[in-house]
Amino acid sequence: MTFVAKPAAHHPRLPRNELGLTRRDYEGSVSTLCAGCGHDSVSAAIVQACAELAIPPHRFAKVSGIGCSSKTPTYFLGKSHGFNSVHGRMPSVTTGANLANRELYCIGISGDGDSASIGMGQFAHIVRRRIDMLYIVDNNGTYGLTKGQFSATNDKGSTSKKGAPNLYEPIDLAGIALQLGATFVGRSFSGDKHQLVPLIKAGLLHRGFAFIDVISPCVAFNNHAGSTKSYEYVRGHRGDVVAADFVPKHHEITADYAPGTREDVMMPDGSLLRLRKLADDYDPHDRVDALAYLQRKQREGEVVTGLLYLDADATDCHKILNTVDAPLNSLAEADLCPGNAALASINGTFR
Amino acid sequence: MKPTNIFDPTYFHKVVDCQWACPAHTPVPEYIRLIAQERYTEAYMINWDSNVFPGILGRTCDRPCEPACRRVRTEEKPVAICRLKRVAADNKGDITPYIPRVPKVKNGKRIALIGAGPASLAVARDLLPMGYEVHLFEKDPKGGGMMRTQIPAFRLPAAVLEEEVDLILDMGVTSHFGHEITSFKALLEQGFDAYFVGTGAPRGRDLPDVPGREAADPFIHIGIDWLSSVAFGHTTAISGKVIVLGGGNTAMDCCRTSRRIGAEQVTVVVRSAFDVMKASDWEKEDAMSEGIPIINNRPPKEFVVENGKLKGVLFSCVKPVKDDKGRLTYVPSGEPDVFMPADHVLMAIGQDNHCPWIERDIGIEFDKWDCPVLDKVTLQSTDPRVFFGGDAAFGPENIIWASAHAHQAAISIHLYCQGKDLKTDRPPEGVNLISQKMGMHEWSYDAAHDPSKRHLVPHADKRVSLKDVKMEVELGFDRELGYREAQRCLNCDVQTVFTDNLCIECDACVDICPMDCITFTQNGEEPELRERLTAPALNDTQDLYASGVLKTGRIMVKDEDVCLHCGLCAERCPTNAWDMQKSVIHVPQLGSYAS
Ligand SMILES: Cc1cc2nc3c(=O)[nH]c(=O)nc-3n(C[C@H](O)[C@H](O)[C@H](O)COP(=O)(O)OP(=O)(O)OC[C@H]3O[C@@H](n4cnc5c(N)ncnc54)[C@H](O)[C@@H]3O)c2cc1C
Ligand SMILES: Cc1ncc(C[n+]2csc(CCOP(=O)(O)OP(=O)(O)O)c2C)c(N)n1
Ligand code: SF4
Ligand code: SF4
Ligand code: SF4
Ligand SMILES: [Mg+2]
Repeated sequence: MTFVAKPAAHHPRLPRNELGLTRRDYEGSVSTLCAGCGHDSVSAAIVQACAELAIPPHRFAKVSGIGCSSKTPTYFLGKSHGFNSVHGRMPSVTTGANLANRELYCIGISGDGDSASIGMGQFAHIVRRRIDMLYIVDNNGTYGLTKGQFSATNDKGSTSKKGAPNLYEPIDLAGIALQLGATFVGRSFSGDKHQLVPLIKAGLLHRGFAFIDVISPCVAFNNHAGSTKSYEYVRGHRGDVVAADFVPKHHEITADYAPGTREDVMMPDGSLLRLRKLADDYDPHDRVDALAYLQRKQREGEVVTGLLYLDADATDCHKILNTVDAPLNSLAEADLCPGNAALASINGTFR
Repeated sequence: MKPTNIFDPTYFHKVVDCQWACPAHTPVPEYIRLIAQERYTEAYMINWDSNVFPGILGRTCDRPCEPACRRVRTEEKPVAICRLKRVAADNKGDITPYIPRVPKVKNGKRIALIGAGPASLAVARDLLPMGYEVHLFEKDPKGGGMMRTQIPAFRLPAAVLEEEVDLILDMGVTSHFGHEITSFKALLEQGFDAYFVGTGAPRGRDLPDVPGREAADPFIHIGIDWLSSVAFGHTTAISGKVIVLGGGNTAMDCCRTSRRIGAEQVTVVVRSAFDVMKASDWEKEDAMSEGIPIINNRPPKEFVVENGKLKGVLFSCVKPVKDDKGRLTYVPSGEPDVFMPADHVLMAIGQDNHCPWIERDIGIEFDKWDCPVLDKVTLQSTDPRVFFGGDAAFGPENIIWASAHAHQAAISIHLYCQGKDLKTDRPPEGVNLISQKMGMHEWSYDAAHDPSKRHLVPHADKRVSLKDVKMEVELGFDRELGYREAQRCLNCDVQTVFTDNLCIECDACVDICPMDCITFTQNGEEPELRERLTAPALNDTQDLYASGVLKTGRIMVKDEDVCLHCGLCAERCPTNAWDMQKSVIHVPQLGSYAS
């Protein structure tokens, strides 16, 4: 961890977004994680994405559970709403936040321990319920905060720092999200912001449940030879299927790609997500094929990254529940209490 | 790009912008840290070693270091480097133990120095510890040159000047004051082993062709001659309305001196535009704050004399325009001529080199501007025994350049007297890199960035200082303010040193760097690479630091431009691929107390 605070000084030509804010206005307090932790890079990617989207900081709610990963909301979006909940319970708290105020951009941060072990049940159900949020798992294959036990995403045969092999089958959270109906699923790597930042932007704007599994190495307990979640291993075994470039609205579109390899998807706010196919045999709109592809590649030892699945016409829980357009927390007593006459007529229907 | 060779002494030297810009390459951040630690004597000695006149320069230096200061780029206002030098001088303790010892037994070589300005004095200081017998010839009764005769006492008190001049004279110079050299030929016949000419650029320019010049002569004074007659007490007053012609530092000293010795009204009139005036910004500010107007774009057209008395000066009106090559020229603005009444005119429009005492047939060549033909590095003239420095070398400069020339001339004289080659045997620059890491999160320098704005130097009450030509205007920083200003220094000599085979490319340094200096990317040609860095590197005067190829095939590129030297990259690096190391630049110098 670092004791020297990051100076407020910034590059003289640091870009400002439409709100007049710089990327630095979206930072949080200085990280207390181990130097070199992948989670800090994920935080930096979130900062960059939020600044570039020019969403006012008070429109975000960041919610987390317990773990090094779950500590990170303190280190980004220092001017946003936040709730550091209990182990594995980020989904229920986020559900509450989103139901009460549908206008919030909810970012849930979790770890592989937080989501794939203690919070597995919560994870499964928030996917099913399609809460409108971006759910990020900082996946390091270990319980970092409790000093390096294997987590449930750790690959079978991958070894601990001292050399003991993991005996159990891994859980692939991206695969489970696909299976349970997530409408936006990505996988990325903390060491590749070019890929991660556009995915975060798209996930934030996606209306419905967006999930990104970010491989994020733990430098302290899971970055050795023998680990399949180390910087070196992930770099050497990555296969990108679909690159998603984010084109803000009102932006002139210049780059030209060979026909058939490119597809533009309109995002709810009018910006475009430009998909470029990097693997010929991959279709990011076919849930079943995507799942099969993931499993096949996993068997071959490849870490599939990129935008894995997108349903651009997705809806969210509010649509399912047919709630009013206004955020529920904005409804005053007069809106909620229809009065005696209305009550009498409702009661009448039961007579 | 090729990987940067950080062991080339110029690489990190350039990162220390102030030191690089200082003609004498004073290790600025090193002495500023010592001031912050209240180690004023050491801070003074570091200065004395490189620039020879810290107390004088701490008040008068042209400070080329300040516009170069990194803080100008990260914030706007540079660290008050010059005035911190004064803090060291004002608060130093006994320096005698640190003054280099001069051997009693001489080395048998005799050197003649002509003129006792800063250039010759600094040569003397460098040569004496090496055992040379040094003879100094000066026409004035005292040493100091223009530092004594030109720079007014309200900027440089006599006591400060004398302390630093006498320190050198007392090291064992054989001085011959009141001894004007009128023939170099005759001096050469005295058989010195080498000669150093430090006679300055003593001739003030005139405007002989402006109508009325001759008739107005009793009321027109050449600025530098007038200032020296004030300095020596021959002139004690000036009356009525005074016009100062010129826009350089002589003009500023003339107007401020006039203001103090009785002028009823003083106006500076400049031929050129305000922005391009030669005077430094702070000099202009000081003059204006004393109620002296500066009027620009007015070349003199006529000195108007009536009944043998100056009535005033007629000026034409011009405006600056850029020609097709982007150079500034002046064309008539169309406004009618302006007449300004005046009782006296001080002419401060520049100086020229002038060595009438050097015969032109003795083998010392001069160019068409009447400057000696010299080797730029060795300062040797076309007579191998004769060296030039200070204003006499390339025309009027300033004190810090005089010191810088002196160090080079002293090395040359030494090599020459030893029969060595002045170029191939010249000692090279060097660099040492010393890690500042003391433990986990502990650095032996104050890495934290201080966002304070530049502190202002307190001034004496104008009601008093404007009445006394000898009263120093600036009071200087006290210790507390000096400490606070010292904290603004970014420690640019504590370098970010990258070891490529340790890096695991985790991006931690990229993410933490407050100034977006660091990028991991594919290699490329430098101009194109500059465009695609985390923050595009648009300042071509600042180098890029490129690593060797990393595991992913990328390289690390750091733009040195706005790095705060805050050490956060090294703090965050899990593998110590970044380390903060102090670069100690060895600038070769003869007779240095540090060597
Ligand atoms: C008005 C004015 C203000 C200035 N203010 C500043 C300032 O604030 N800061 C700054 O850095 N610089 C300033 N300068 C410039 C600075 O004073 C000179 O650049 C510097 O003094 C040059 O040093 P020097 O050793 O080359 O020569 P000088 O200082 O000019 O010394 C030359 C010496 O040689 C002597 N001499 C000349 N001919 C002979 C001879 N034939 N025989 C014997 N002796 C001889 C002269 O009497 C003189 O003492 C100022 C200059 C002027 C005119
Ligand atoms: C209810 C409960 N059970 C267990 C713990 C102990 N605990 C703290 S963090 C953690 C695992 C965190 O792992 P992960 O979510 O992967 O986070 P990481 O530190 O790896 O980022 C555990 C088991 C706890 N804090 N609370
Ligand atoms: S223990 Fe691992 S996960 Fe936790 S901060 Fe350190 S490197 Fe990151
Ligand atoms: S010292 Fe390192 S972290 Fe600080 S500004 Fe320079 S490169 Fe960035
Ligand atoms: S923090 Fe260190 S290891 Fe990580 S990328 Fe930077 S230099 Fe490399
Ligand atoms: Mg984990």
